[in-house]
Formats: sequence, C-alpha cells, structure tokens
Amino acid sequence: MSAILMPKPDERVLARRDAIIAGLAALLPAASLITEEDERRAYETDALTAYRQIPLAVVLPETTEQVSAVLKFLSAEGVKVVARGAGTSLAGGALPTADAVVLGVSKMNRILEIDTDNRIIRVEAGVTNLGVSGAVNHLGFFYAPDPSSQLACTIAGNIAMNSGGAHCLKYGVTTNNVLGVKMVMIDGTVVEIGGAALDSAGLDLLGLVVGSEGQLGVVTEATLRILPLAEGARPMLMGFQSAEACGACVAAIIGSGIIPVAIEYMDRPAIKVCEAFAHAGYPLDVEALLIIEVEGSEAEIEDLIGRITTIAAAFNPSTMKVSQSEAESAAIWKGRKSAFGAMGRIADYMCMDGTIPTGCLPQVLTGISDICAGYGLQVANIFHAGDGNLHPLVLFNANQPGELEKAEAAGADILKLCVEVGGCLTGEHGVGVEKRELMIHQFNTIDLDQQMRVKTALDPKWLLNPHKVFPLEGRPV
Amino acid sequence: MTSILLPEAEAEIEAIVHEAAGSKSPLAIHGGGTRDIGRPVQAARVLSTQALTGITLYEPSEMVLAARAGTKLSEIEAALKANRQRLAFEPIDWRPLLGTRGEPTIGGVTASNAAGPRRIQAGAARDHLIGIRATTGRGETIKSGGRVMKNVTGYDLVKLFAGSWGTLGILTEVTYKLLPEAETETTLVLEGLSAAHAVEAMSAALGTPFEITGAAHLPGSPSQTLLRFEGFSASCAYRRDRLAAHLKPFGPVTAVEGDASQALWRPIADVTALGAAADDAVWRISVKPSDGPAVGARLEAELGSRLLYDWGGGQIWASTRDQGDAGAAIIRAALSGGGHATLVRAAHATRAAVPVFEPEPAAIAAIAEKIRAEFDPAGVLNPGRMG
Repeated sequence: MSAILMPKPDERVLARRDAIIAGLAALLPAASLITEEDERRAYETDALTAYRQIPLAVVLPETTEQVSAVLKFLSAEGVKVVARGAGTSLAGGALPTADAVVLGVSKMNRILEIDTDNRIIRVEAGVTNLGVSGAVNHLGFFYAPDPSSQLACTIAGNIAMNSGGAHCLKYGVTTNNVLGVKMVMIDGTVVEIGGAALDSAGLDLLGLVVGSEGQLGVVTEATLRILPLAEGARPMLMGFQSAEACGACVAAIIGSGIIPVAIEYMDRPAIKVCEAFAHAGYPLDVEALLIIEVEGSEAEIEDLIGRITTIAAAFNPSTMKVSQSEAESAAIWKGRKSAFGAMGRIADYMCMDGTIPTGCLPQVLTGISDICAGYGLQVANIFHAGDGNLHPLVLFNANQPGELEKAEAAGADILKLCVEVGGCLTGEHGVGVEKRELMIHQFNTIDLDQQMRVKTALDPKWLLNPHKVFPLEGRPV
Repeated sequence: MTSILLPEAEAEIEAIVHEAAGSKSPLAIHGGGTRDIGRPVQAARVLSTQALTGITLYEPSEMVLAARAGTKLSEIEAALKANRQRLAFEPIDWRPLLGTRGEPTIGGVTASNAAGPRRIQAGAARDHLIGIRATTGRGETIKSGGRVMKNVTGYDLVKLFAGSWGTLGILTEVTYKLLPEAETETTLVLEGLSAAHAVEAMSAALGTPFEITGAAHLPGSPSQTLLRFEGFSASCAYRRDRLAAHLKPFGPVTAVEGDASQALWRPIADVTALGAAADDAVWRISVKPSDGPAVGARLEAELGSRLLYDWGGGQIWASTRDQGDAGAAIIRAALSGGGHATLVRAAHATRAAVPVFEPEPAAIAAIAEKIRAEFDPAGVLNPGRMG
C-alpha cells in the first residue's frame, strides 16, 4: 500500500449516483457522458500510475456553456469535480475519487483565433501544447512553454500546473506566456480574466489562477502569447568527469551574461538509458552531460558557441560536440525529451521535481545519491540545470512488495533536502496528491492557512479537485 | 494630522496591523512615497516601510536578489550594476511625471507592478518576482514563492501581491530573479509615420526573430517610431542590418547606438516624453496593440490629448485636461473593444471622484473582493486605493 491515502468517499453521494447521472444526462449530449465502468476506468489515474480510483462518472463537455451547466448542477448537488486535461500529470493532479465526477476538456480542442499582428492565439483549453505551436509554426511563430509531454498534454493542464519545460530558461513558464482565460467558477459563473492586452486592471487574478491546480475554477479558453521562431537553433553536448565541474561550468556560462535557451543535465545512469533508446550520440564515459542550446542567425550561433566553448574549457570537459545537422539536433533532443519514457522501459520510477539554488548542485546530487543508497534504490538524474529544477528518477520494482513505499520515502527525503538548501518541493509538475503531505516542510501553518482561505473564497465547499495541494489534516472543511 | 509609523521589523508591523484591525483604524501604506497613484486613501496613520531596509541576499552567479521592502531601488540598481546585472523589467521612476520626491523602494516597485518599454519582451515586475514576505491585514506574516527560479509549490500569491497596491498586505521582503546587462543596444528610428503606420511597422518588427526590447511611437513633427534591440555587439549589428531591410517599406531608417540609444528610452520609460503640461491629467491605457491607433485618434479628436505609444502600440500614455472626469467617460467608451485605462496623474479631488482603475465586470469585482476580504478582513490596509 502506498503511503498516500485518499479520504473515504461520501456515501451520500455514492447512494445518489443514478440521480446525479440522470441530472448530467439532461445537460449534455449522450457522447459527452461516460457512465459504464470499463469506460470510466480510462480515467482512474494519470501519469502518476501508482494511484488509481474509478470516478463516479466522466463528463466531456463540448462548450463553455455545458461546463457552466455541469458545474452549477454538481455544486448544487454537493458533488466533487476533478478537471482533467490529457491526464499526463506526474503529481496525481487529475487523480479522481469514487465520489467525484471527472470533467475532461478533451472535446474542447479548437483553435479560435490566430493574430500574428498582436502575437496572440486564442484556443479552447483542450488543445494540446504542441497543437498550439503547430497552428502557428507555418506563420513563423511558436508557443514557448514546452513540457516533455507536449505531444499529449493540454493547455488546460499547463495552466493548472503552470508547466515549464526545457526552454523556459529563456522564455519563462506558462504564467509568463498566458494573457487571458475564460474560466467557469464552481457555481457555474463564467468569467473572463485578462485578455489580449499585456496586463489587466485590478488584482492579478490571472497570476493566481495559473498554477492553482484546478482548484479555483475550470479554464475553458485561453489567450496565449506566441513568439517569432528563432532563425536557427543548435544544441551542443558537453561531458564532464564530475558533477562539481559540470555545475561550476553552468554557473560560469550564466555569469558571463549568456542565457542559452536551454541547459539540460543528465548523469551517467540517465545518459546510458537515453542513449540506448534514442541513439542520440551521447558520450557514455562521462559522469555528467550538458545539452546546451543556443539560438539566432548562423553567425550568432557560431559566436555564442565560441563563447561557451571558451568558458567551458576552464572546467576540463572530456567531450565537446556541436550538432552538425538538423538530424543530429533532433536526435539530441529526442534523447532528452523521451528520457522518462526510456527510463520506464527498464524500471518503474518516481519522478521528483524539486528546485534548488544552482550553487547547491554538487552538494544536493551527493545527498540524493546517499538518500537512495540508504533505501537500496537506484537513481538517475535529469534536470534543467540553468534554473536548478531537478528531476531525480527514483527507480524501483512495483512487483516487489515494499519497493513503492521505499521509493516514495526516498522521494520525500529528496524533496525535503531541496527545501533545506533553500529550494522548493516542485518546480513545474505541481503538488497534486503526490507532495500534498510534504507542504508542511516548505510552508508553516500561517502560510498554508492563507492559501487555503483563497481556495475557500472561490470554492466555499471545496468541491474542485479538493484532495490535492494541501495536507489533508488541518483543512477548513 | 497624519502620523507616520516607521517599523523596523516584521514583528512591529504585525503589532501595528493587529491594533489597526482591532480598532478598525485604516493605515495608508507607503514605501518611498514616490507613487501617489490610485484613489486617495483616507487614513489617519501612514505605515512606511522606509526603515525596513537592506539587501538580504545577492547571488550574482544564481541571478537572484532579495531585499527588505523599504530598500531603495537606487541601492539595488547600484549593487546589480557592479555585477553587470539588472532588473530586466525596467522599473519606472515616477518622480518626473508625478512631481514627487523621495526615493523609490523595491516594495513600491513590486506593489505597483509597473514596467518600462522592455515589458514587451521581458515581462513586468510580476514576471521577475519569485518570492515575497508580507504581513496581511490579519497581522500575520506569510511567505510565498522563494529564491529559486522555478517554483509551483502552492498557490502563486507572489503574482497576486505584485500590483496589489498594499491592499492585501504590507510587503516586507521581496526576491527577484535578475538578468545580465546587455553588452550594447541599438535603436532604429523611423520618422514621419502616422500612428496607424507606426503600429504596423512595430508589429512587423515584433514579428521578426530579432528580439525587439522596445517599440515606441512618439507623435509630433516629425513623429518618431523607435525599435530597440540589445545583446552582444556583433549580434546587434547583424540585427540592425536585417531589420532595417525588413522595415524599408515604412521609409528610411536611422540607427542610434549604445549610450545614445539608452538616452532615447529613459524619457519613454518615465513618461516625460509624453510632454504633458504640468496641470494636465495623465492616463495609462492598455489595449491590444492593433487597437491602439484608433483609441489614440479618438482621444486626440475628442479630448485634445497628447499621446505616447509604447509596447508596440499596446500601452498608450495620454494627457487630458484635469477637469470634470478628466476624460474618463470618453476614454472608457473608446475601450469598449477591450483594454483598460488608469488615471495615473490627477488632482486628489479628481481621483476621489473618478474610478482611477478601470471598473471591473461585476463577477470579477466580486472575486477580487472575496480574495481581499480573506487577506484584510477588517479592510484597514490602503482601503479603497484600488477602487
């Protein structure tokens, strides 16, 4: 049994299931309501597959009006609602309970408006992250946040979790690239927050909504910033014999005034698995590997790579290789972006997501390795080195009784270490159900109470994705 | 007679706020007192953060700085300059426009979430702010965010506090991420364009990959349309040539380099380039850039406004006569297609009578009110300042 528990379902809601489903059926087209157990099972978990629970029902509305009608009905009935994008959350953000209705936005997947003069795109929230860029690439634009799951994950989920990605070192995360949302409150009220202008009047409600993990409302549309595509981009690989040298090299590059679009780090176990999967040309004889990508014209790229190479020389890299072709660049990124999937082929894993001050990198890597060794587990490290966002993958065998619990305990120790050195529990995946109970290590009661008051202000009965983000104990309801 | 409280520590602020909430006696919250913006606050006492000072963390290699709220912006900028770093959002110095004195503080920069021309590329204060500590109207000090660049742990109260004008809590400490200073900068200047043509030219430039960090239009005779980019000198030279070629359809282009380029942008950031008469009211209008020229034309025709376009046309500074509603009805009618207008400068009497910030739709105003009530249930922190 996993250490993370969900509360007992509300028997009164379970007892009224038929009436609740009949009420939903009156509000939705038949194809938008899923009630059969084998079909509901598809929504029992997300990318944190260790936890599963079949929901009461699943609704897949096609319009904001339908979302509004559903929420109005369910809030009046006192039924919990778990909003869901593509179900790629690594934190259990879309994990349902038996007494909750899952509200999926997958049918709301239209591009509504493309406006290159104003550099914006308006989309329904079920559009995939890559679908946004795909809609504007031919016009010379792209949408900057690029989580590894971008082929599948939706803008709805990106907004809920304030998703990042490998390229946010230069372009920022979701919250820096969203201008407005249409959102449905739990009582069915539809609000427009922000819009096509760069800022809006009043309190920054948009900033609050982004990253609120589906607990304040259900976003159905978004206005996003699109940016002109760079003239060109090129990754380079740099291998080191120690994490210390590698970390110092990253600090020196950034300290010189160069902000590459991405600086990604992999340790030896991660390199081995990714190389076997993607044949990216990663060196296998190094302790630490950096993928550094720069952008610009051919001359600018040459210039930046020259500057980076000169800086790096002081840290004795044992490999230094600049991509020579589009194909080679694609392979380098394929290796990195498929890292989690590749790792999943050889073992089960818990993917952690803490962020640390970059200066603590060598110390924290040693700490992570000691923690995992203490539990008799292997670990592979993959992370965004430029901003200190770590993704240690704690490997375990789910078929071995007790190993999941050990992996969870090791993961928790790693995140506590991140907080101890001045960092945080989660850099881009969100708290979800996974890190809920760890929140007390980063925040005190006063901090958490104030956050929960915000939740209560907008969702007084705590019906929206309620069992997430905050520790179960000490809640107002 | 207004009394000024100068607490030196969070515990003192907590005690003051406890007492104020208990006796329902409102506090006006001040930093350096250089941003006299918003509805005038009726309060017998001012709580100033000016004694809450000092940089508490500066790690140049991690590009992060934390300071107590009352720390002077000038002190922070000097520390950053020594390491060739900067706050990339180009904080506005309001003193020339508002005729205020004193020293802007980092807390005031944060509470007003203002940003200069680089907003279009780098974002506003809210995009660089990564951590806060603040004493709420409950007399409790909370933290949100931290000192690392990527952090989605819990609700983003950091963003909520940026631009909250002291109405949710008293910021006691703020943490910002930093960026390196650019090696050099270049501004391309087009002359004689109409506002409509200028916004087209700016949109054309902002649609290129050349990373424009300033796009402003100064009407006048002749008008000037300015496009700035920054970076290593070889890269600036390359982009100058490519962009000049790209902008050829809009007329001849002159390039202004380095310090001369910098000198062009300070008056735009600080709004002195607007050239408003000393007794005029000044509005800040935020719109979809392509709507800018039509809004501007209406203000010129109906209110005789002087205008300054920034953010590629998306931010318009406009002067109006400081009489009656200072043009509020006409300006807000011109924004029926979207956007918002703030009455940044006007006599107290005008600002007491006219909604300074754009009135919000009822549903949004209700949400904001519920949230504010959770932070300041007694309504004692800058009551009414945001409308």
